[in-house]
Amino acid sequence: MARAVTQKRKLIATFVAWTIGIAIFFPIFWTILTSFKTEAEAIADPPSLFWFDWTLENYGVVNERSNYPLHFMNSVIISVGSTILGLIIAVPAAWSMAFVPGKQTKNVLMWMLSTKMLPPVGVLIPIYLISRDLGVLDSRIALVVVLTLINLPIIVWMLYTYFKEIPGEILEAARMDGATLKSEILYVLTPMAVPGIASTVLLNIILAWNEAFWTLNLTAAKAAPLTAFIASYSSPEGLFYAKLSAASTMAIAPILIMGWFSQKQLVRGLTFGAVK
Amino acid sequence: MSTQHSRTAARFMIAPATVLLLGWMLIPLCMTLYYSFRRYRLLTPDRTGWVGFRNYENFLTNPAFMDALVNTLVLVLGVLIITVVLGILLAILLDQPMFGQGIVRILVIAPFFVMPTVSALVWKNMFMNPVNGLFAYAAKALGFQPYDFLSQAPLASIIGIVSWQWLPFATLILLTAIQSLDSEQMEAAEMDGASPLSRFWHITLPHLSRAITVVILIQTIFLLSIFAEILVTTNGGPGTASTNLTYLVYAESLLNYDVGEGSAGGVVAIILANIVAIFLMRMIGKNLDA
Repeated sequence: MARAVTQKRKLIATFVAWTIGIAIFFPIFWTILTSFKTEAEAIADPPSLFWFDWTLENYGVVNERSNYPLHFMNSVIISVGSTILGLIIAVPAAWSMAFVPGKQTKNVLMWMLSTKMLPPVGVLIPIYLISRDLGVLDSRIALVVVLTLINLPIIVWMLYTYFKEIPGEILEAARMDGATLKSEILYVLTPMAVPGIASTVLLNIILAWNEAFWTLNLTAAKAAPLTAFIASYSSPEGLFYAKLSAASTMAIAPILIMGWFSQKQLVRGLTFGAVK
Repeated sequence: MSTQHSRTAARFMIAPATVLLLGWMLIPLCMTLYYSFRRYRLLTPDRTGWVGFRNYENFLTNPAFMDALVNTLVLVLGVLIITVVLGILLAILLDQPMFGQGIVRILVIAPFFVMPTVSALVWKNMFMNPVNGLFAYAAKALGFQPYDFLSQAPLASIIGIVSWQWLPFATLILLTAIQSLDSEQMEAAEMDGASPLSRFWHITLPHLSRAITVVILIQTIFLLSIFAEILVTTNGGPGTASTNLTYLVYAESLLNYDVGEGSAGGVVAIILANIVAIFLMRMIGKNLDA
């Protein structure tokens, strides 16, 4: 009897959850679908779901007309560049805080977290003016540096929680067996740290790719990543839904895929290790 | 392991991160403070000088400031309430046994990975547009008048868009927390005849309190500085109906070219964020150490 009840409950849960899931995902689905329509079909009344002439035309037009590849490369360089730079600075820091904790370690970590509470708009003007005076306004290098700094606390925290889980006894055991410092780092520590570093990289690229305060304020035409490029579609210029959809689909697809692979790490990274 | 030698090495390894973050905080902060007491307009950069608190007076007595302050609070609280309440319900639902759980999870968390400018533009044009939006079609099909969301209810519309973006985050974290709930305790309560509601109230909710705290903390940090969504949907308007503090400071300094008053606004934003931060850090301090 209990079996039948559970089975029925499972079916209901399945139905309700799928309905809600599809509803939440629908705007993304609709954007992808619209990107394959002609502009006329994109605003047709009533809107057609699947029965329209599928076309790749929008992707071609967006790529040719608006220098899309440049903005895509800007996004790649800015998000990957800031992540690598951040890692170089954060790995040693997180490493020593996890393995040689001092009295101040907890305070330093909390202080780093608190820098995230500084509203970006509070420092917008100085950063804008400094960039202008250094001649790096609308340049990739300025965004790489700024995004490295705003995401640094998250990188340090995330790496710290991963390194913290590497048991110290293993190091001692390796040392007892006569491992030198070099082989200790190379063969014992690195393999254990790689998964943590990989998820940190993934999450940080996602955050940097989608960052939209500094990218909008510090770039114009040259260094604009996709966030800023898409924003230029906000001024209405006639029939443009299909092209907007094509540009949007290309901008979100890589991150959507990366995000799905990193959902577990996302929780840990964004909660500074408080929820695992 | 921690000899004097390795301690010194450890300090050196922490130094770059600490020094950089300290510089990133202090240098711009001091500059903002400095400018906030100066006359400095980008259009007339030669006329400078100390003006005391005049920039603050101008910013705080600007009627837009009170609007922005209220809008900021409404935006943050509105999104927090929606995402936490729906997030709890959704997390409980996703924790039930069902077919295709992994796929539903993927569908639900997807909006979190969509960049703010894309989600704002998609909602603005393809859903909320009073002529060509899907909501307008639906309204017409059902015999209603289409509703112009972004001019009739700009702030509520933005709350809706931002909630759509952040609901996945709340759900994912609360789901992770629910999955660590001890199922034996649940079963014992069920055997003792506790109703589903009282099980939720006395077991699930207390277990989630830490995760809820974390969700509130992290989201508040990000929600206080919502910017792109406002910029591409309403530009803060109509009037100041959807201007938040971040947008107001941006408009004052980079659209009106008044660096002095913008800086004063920046300082005000920092002070307000700090008040919220102290409050929040206390709250998580209690909840996280336990």
